[in-house]
Amino acid sequence: MAEAVVQVQNLTKCFGTFTAVDGISFEIREGEILGLLGPNGAGKTTTIHMLLGVITPTSGAIRVFGLPFDQHRETILNQVNFSSTYVSLPQALTVEENLRVAAGLYGLDRVSERIDDIVTRLEMQEFRSKLTRRLSSGQMTRLSLAKAFLSEPKVLFLDEPTASLDPDIAAKTRAMIQEIRRTTRMTVLYTSHNMREMEEMSDRIIFLQRGRIIAEGTADAIKAECGETDLEEVFLKFAREPEAPVHER
Amino acid sequence: MKFHRIAALLSRHLYLYKRSFPRVMEIIYWPFVDLVIWGFITLYLERFKGTMPSFVTFFLGALILWDVLFRAQQGITISFLEEVWSRNLMNLFASPLKPSEFLAATMLLSIAKVVTVSFVTVLVALFFYSFNVFLLGLSLVPFIVNLIVTGWCIGVLTTGLIMRYGQEVEVLAWGLVFLFQPISCVFYPMSVLPEWLRAIAWMNPAAHVFEGMRRVITTGGFPVQDLLWSMGLNALYLAALIFWFHRMFAVCKEKGLLVRVGE
Repeated sequence: MAEAVVQVQNLTKCFGTFTAVDGISFEIREGEILGLLGPNGAGKTTTIHMLLGVITPTSGAIRVFGLPFDQHRETILNQVNFSSTYVSLPQALTVEENLRVAAGLYGLDRVSERIDDIVTRLEMQEFRSKLTRRLSSGQMTRLSLAKAFLSEPKVLFLDEPTASLDPDIAAKTRAMIQEIRRTTRMTVLYTSHNMREMEEMSDRIIFLQRGRIIAEGTADAIKAECGETDLEEVFLKFAREPEAPVHER
Repeated sequence: MKFHRIAALLSRHLYLYKRSFPRVMEIIYWPFVDLVIWGFITLYLERFKGTMPSFVTFFLGALILWDVLFRAQQGITISFLEEVWSRNLMNLFASPLKPSEFLAATMLLSIAKVVTVSFVTVLVALFFYSFNVFLLGLSLVPFIVNLIVTGWCIGVLTTGLIMRYGQEVEVLAWGLVFLFQPISCVFYPMSVLPEWLRAIAWMNPAAHVFEGMRRVITTGGFPVQDLLWSMGLNALYLAALIFWFHRMFAVCKEKGLLVRVGE
């Protein structure tokens, strides 16, 4: 079995009296794509924010590459990147300028070569010199993905990465993620509300509800456990249950 | 601290000036208008000069130096606001960038702003009012450096407050510095202040700079004591404020504010 690259133990985040993430534990192994599923407000984004170090956990531990996150933030974040539909890049900069700034933040070499490569792979040539504020939402998402792939991270957090892409670019993006994962053994944490995509992309799925893990396993195992044939039905079942039981993992 | 990350953040802000006319206006137009208005007021007042040796030197010198402090503060605060407005804080702080590197980049940017603004104001003063600020002598240089550091102190304070309390307090980016103006004794000596306010002004490093500037003009000597006070207070405040900024940063991460500021 591959080595665990991301280890999360009893991770909890409270904002005042509200518990956004409630003692979750999981691992992501090298080269694995782990899908994080759950309704809005389930704690998916807060979990990703804690894994990126922009929110401090209330309790629990995060280890990446075997290193405690709070003591090795810089070393870890040099090898981690993210893309989110909900986070934009500076609008007054061109696509290429944004990528150059990102390259500087991660201390990358061969910057022009890397940018040429990622721009070609994500079919961004025609808007490479365009101001970010003039991009369509699909182009904006591709820029965010290009920023994430540019540093060739070992761990990638993708928060609904294909939400605003047309089916063609979305399929190409998924294929690219799979290809990069295959060739570099990149570890990916993936969230999406598209159940078909989740099944296609994820080796394993964690289902979160009200900050707690209520199901974990392969898509087929979760469907079987819930007696459903469709992951969407599983999602609706969990999301509509007032107090879903916590499944043994 | 890694220079490549500081340079990346610097380039991110310099790209903005490449094609943004309003941003260029901010560092050329406003200092120009400020100096022209104050220049004419000074010329008018000079008609009534009696005991004061030179209105032009006092007022225009003071105005140019005040602009140094103001732009140094803006260099830090506006750079942070640019990140808030473009909702870029998440991209920055989910990268290996450290808060200290963020501050270092904004401090370097503020020096670039100060140099540009000073170039404009010095030229306007020279061509419109035949006032050469360099006639005040090289002794002004360490005072100018101190004004930049005071500007950084106010900039770090303002930025920390905006980070912590969000865009509701955004107005502080332009307003807070003027709270310090009356006790900076920019256009008048500290002695005109009431005694209780003088004690507060004494704790303001900028007040010692402007007192020093007036001593340079009136006596031609080098006011070591003013410089030492200013340096000491600046060192103390800057160290304390950088520590406080890191604490605010940690509080914002605990409260999840870093990803919400700007929403």
